[in-house]
Amino acid sequence: MNYEGRLFGMINKKVKTMEEALNGLIDGMTIMISGFGDAGVPFNLINGVFEMGIKDLIIISNNAGRYDDGISKLLKENRVRKIICSYPRSLKGSIIEKKYKEKAVELELVPQGTLAERIRCGGSGIGGFYTRTGLGTLLAQNKEIKVIDDIEYVFEAPLKADFALVSALKADRWGNLIYSKSARNFGPLMCMASNTTVVEVQDCVEIGELEPENIITPGIFVDRVIEIEPILIL
Amino acid sequence: MLNIKPLNKNQIAWRASQDVQEGMYINLGIGLPVLMSNYINKEVIYHSENGILGMGPQAKKGEEDPNLVDAAKNPVTLVRGGCYFDSSVSFAMIRGGHLNLVCLGAFQVTNEGDIANWSVGDEETLPSVGGAMDLVSGVKNIWVLMTFFDKQGKSKLVRQLTYPLTGKSCVKRIYTDLAVIDIIQNRFIIKEILDGLSVDELQKSANVELFLDENYKILKAPDNI
Repeated sequence: MNYEGRLFGMINKKVKTMEEALNGLIDGMTIMISGFGDAGVPFNLINGVFEMGIKDLIIISNNAGRYDDGISKLLKENRVRKIICSYPRSLKGSIIEKKYKEKAVELELVPQGTLAERIRCGGSGIGGFYTRTGLGTLLAQNKEIKVIDDIEYVFEAPLKADFALVSALKADRWGNLIYSKSARNFGPLMCMASNTTVVEVQDCVEIGELEPENIITPGIFVDRVIEIEPILIL
Repeated sequence: MLNIKPLNKNQIAWRASQDVQEGMYINLGIGLPVLMSNYINKEVIYHSENGILGMGPQAKKGEEDPNLVDAAKNPVTLVRGGCYFDSSVSFAMIRGGHLNLVCLGAFQVTNEGDIANWSVGDEETLPSVGGAMDLVSGVKNIWVLMTFFDKQGKSKLVRQLTYPLTGKSCVKRIYTDLAVIDIIQNRFIIKEILDGLSVDELQKSANVELFLDENYKILKAPDNI
């Protein structure tokens, strides 16, 4: 077998246009969107979804955008049916606040660590997990409680998505990724948990350029990569 | 109300910081607890639940990096030796009991150590929880920093929460502007109290049962902070 065949191989997850990047994303889908605050949010891809006119979305993300950017942009035009997140509120005000009061969007509030783990489970073929987080609180209502070694736990189900939209720093044509600082947050988890994972990166590099020891997301979890100048917000 | 000058926020944070030990892995909550970092002069490692160990001070103006923020989404720095990780690993540190100390603000704490700090429970406000429930579910050492009374003059130390629960039986110690209180066997035990303030007086205003530790001390903090 010619293991070096990859040097001349045809695997290429790099796409050139937003149309190619988001091909197959349609109304009513569930999409995961990486980021914590504005760090690691794939603003370009969200803009792409917005331009396509996609609606009736279920969004899974830690936050719900602020000002008019990112997820707020989709919420503003009532493109989002439901949002699953840990912290929709924003100190500086956000569209979700208004839409929530108008009952224009459904909210499923999930503790941040539980959100991360539900996504990790979804991507790892695990049918959920038991956690102490949320025990006895409003967020554990109607959930199964199980006692393991005399400790009570709440059952949490896995989360999966049709698409994951993720922001990373660098990728190669196999889809191997590295991230930038705390912008990593939910990215590696969401890459695993969707049918189609699309990643916007600042730099596409040649195969072999990413240090194998430093690759954070192995390319097996990535379907498409688009090289685009990141939109960074402070 | 009590006729005594309570500690200010910096003084509460200073007092709590005195009990931090060298080598601790610490997560400081938004608000009062984060002020503690101004007064901790030991080698400790700060955790931020969005994926940082070895978090440094706030970034200087002009040196902010949009990809490096703390749990409050403010631009911060990384100290030498610090590292980044994804949210799943970050919460494994929290739930798995790997952090030595979590300091949080609170609306209310009960004598059983139950804490309410994530929601005021009204219909109008958009509910948001973040990592609050995870932080209280896995860390053994949880300190609360808060004023003793709320703005309406009601005690934040209560027998039963009137705000929605964040976590049950988790708070070990409370640093307030009037006293330092441990929770031991479902009792509020006063370890330190302001000079000139009597337990009876505090108990009357608080409307909860307070016990004075037999080795209690006078609560002190520097005047100039």
